[in-house]
Amino acid sequence: MIKKCLLILAALTFTTSAFAAKDEFAIQVKGSDTMVNLGQAWAEVFMERNKNDFAAVTGGGSGTGFSSLISGTCDIAMSSRSIKDKEIALAQKKGINPNEIKVALDGLAVVVNTKNSIDKLTIDQLAGIFTGRIKNWNELGGKDEKIVILSREVNSGTHVYFKEHVLRKMDPDSREEFAPGALMLSSSQAIADEVAANPAAIGYYGMGYISSKQKPVAVAKDGASGFVTPSIENVLNGRYPISRPLFLYTNGEPAGLVKKFVDFTLSKEGQDIVLATDFVPVKK
Amino acid sequence: MRKFKEFIVEKLILICGLASIFFVVLIFIFLLKEGLAVFNIVSPFKFLFGKSWYPISEPPQLGILPLILGSLLVTVGAAIISIPIGVGCAVYIAEIAPPRTKETLKAGIELLAAIPSVVLGFIGMVTLVPLVKTIFHLPTGLTALSGSIMLAFMAMPTIVSIAEDALYSVPKTYKEGALALGATHWQTIWRVMLPAASSGILAAVMLGIGRVIGETMAVMMITGNAAVMPNSILIPVRTLTATIAAEMGEAVVGSEHYFALFAIGIVLFIISFAINVTADLFLHKRQ
Repeated sequence: MIKKCLLILAALTFTTSAFAAKDEFAIQVKGSDTMVNLGQAWAEVFMERNKNDFAAVTGGGSGTGFSSLISGTCDIAMSSRSIKDKEIALAQKKGINPNEIKVALDGLAVVVNTKNSIDKLTIDQLAGIFTGRIKNWNELGGKDEKIVILSREVNSGTHVYFKEHVLRKMDPDSREEFAPGALMLSSSQAIADEVAANPAAIGYYGMGYISSKQKPVAVAKDGASGFVTPSIENVLNGRYPISRPLFLYTNGEPAGLVKKFVDFTLSKEGQDIVLATDFVPVKK
Repeated sequence: MRKFKEFIVEKLILICGLASIFFVVLIFIFLLKEGLAVFNIVSPFKFLFGKSWYPISEPPQLGILPLILGSLLVTVGAAIISIPIGVGCAVYIAEIAPPRTKETLKAGIELLAAIPSVVLGFIGMVTLVPLVKTIFHLPTGLTALSGSIMLAFMAMPTIVSIAEDALYSVPKTYKEGALALGATHWQTIWRVMLPAASSGILAAVMLGIGRVIGETMAVMMITGNAAVMPNSILIPVRTLTATIAAEMGEAVVGSEHYFALFAIGIVLFIISFAINVTADLFLHKRQ
């Protein structure tokens, strides 16, 4: 009896390990929540064109993507920020060489409730709001209402990018942080929902999440330059001040199926999908 | 042959018994090994009593006092709501309710226990959060209070079913004696039944609280997760559990952030251990 059990157990471990073994025709793509919709759209068309290949796309945040790439549980990491030196060092310790490929551009939209009378802000004002120095909408000419700050969790590339480019204004010595009272939400969709429901809320996310339920704010670099709305055109001509590149990271030069997928994302068809999911193509 | 079989079965059971202890020890060792490394970077005092939690900044600020207070606030709130209702419900079911009501209530409570916490969190997010916002005229309904109310629902089934068992196991003679001496039904419950079952009821309360402090998903969805020093139950808080769950995915293995999250795990472990030991001490003192 015991022998039988052991046999079954051995058979089970054997089969599961066989399933877990790397499949030549399947790749795992993981990372930035901003890019999940884009990645999934790519994967769908990619699998339609190549019936035998399989690409699985999951989110979790840019940091999650990098830690999976480093631990070898995904083949391609999607990221809305560049890899940090610390992460490169860790990757190299594990024998992984992160290789960066720029695949699209994204404008970061700052959104408020449609009932909010504010429709334009400078970067300075944004920094003031998100660090907690500006606490009430009436300081900006709006209603007498406490500002509710919505931010993404720290595992989000969007969070890191916003902190570095808006709060710290690209100054590496700056010590600005999000206000401790900022609500940390776990997805861009959660921010979109809360902004749509809460007249006092302000949040930020990739342009792709803008809908008629929220109002994107026009942003100016400083008082002198004009206010620019987040649109594909304005990101492309560089006038919109909070835009960023989106990357795929592979281990070393892409090869085999990974190369096939990366090439597809950069092809005419792949870049058309970028445009269709409200991001900005890098190639025309 | 029979003896041999007996021997094998006995040993197998022994292995099962030892395995559970073995795993607990392994988990504890792993937790210590990963978590204590954070104290090379930040002193234990600064870690426990630091007021800012900015784990991914350069240099990171790893103070978990706001997180500890957040967890405690939500737990105390949930306890205040769930203990009176839970114990009251148990007394009603065990002592007062007619048989049919009793069966219906028990089934209902078991059903409440069967709802997954993520579902409760979701329901709280769409119903309770807007309600709290409008009732208290708050800028946002994602507050410690919302978390407490939702967690009270989660603790209630545990408290009710164990407290009801405790009341049920009080010897029938106690009750009969009290009634025979002329005590009213209420006097019997308040002066005889509740004191006699107090150790079991306390265990029920402790288990309920244990469930609340370890709960993650629902609090992450409805408490707002702002790592701020709480000064009222009507503001957003970030709990220890939600911090681990939200940030573990990002933390690069071997970074100070990763070690800090494990150290938070140790703190949680110590808190729930303390709750269990207190309950135990109290139980033994009673007996």
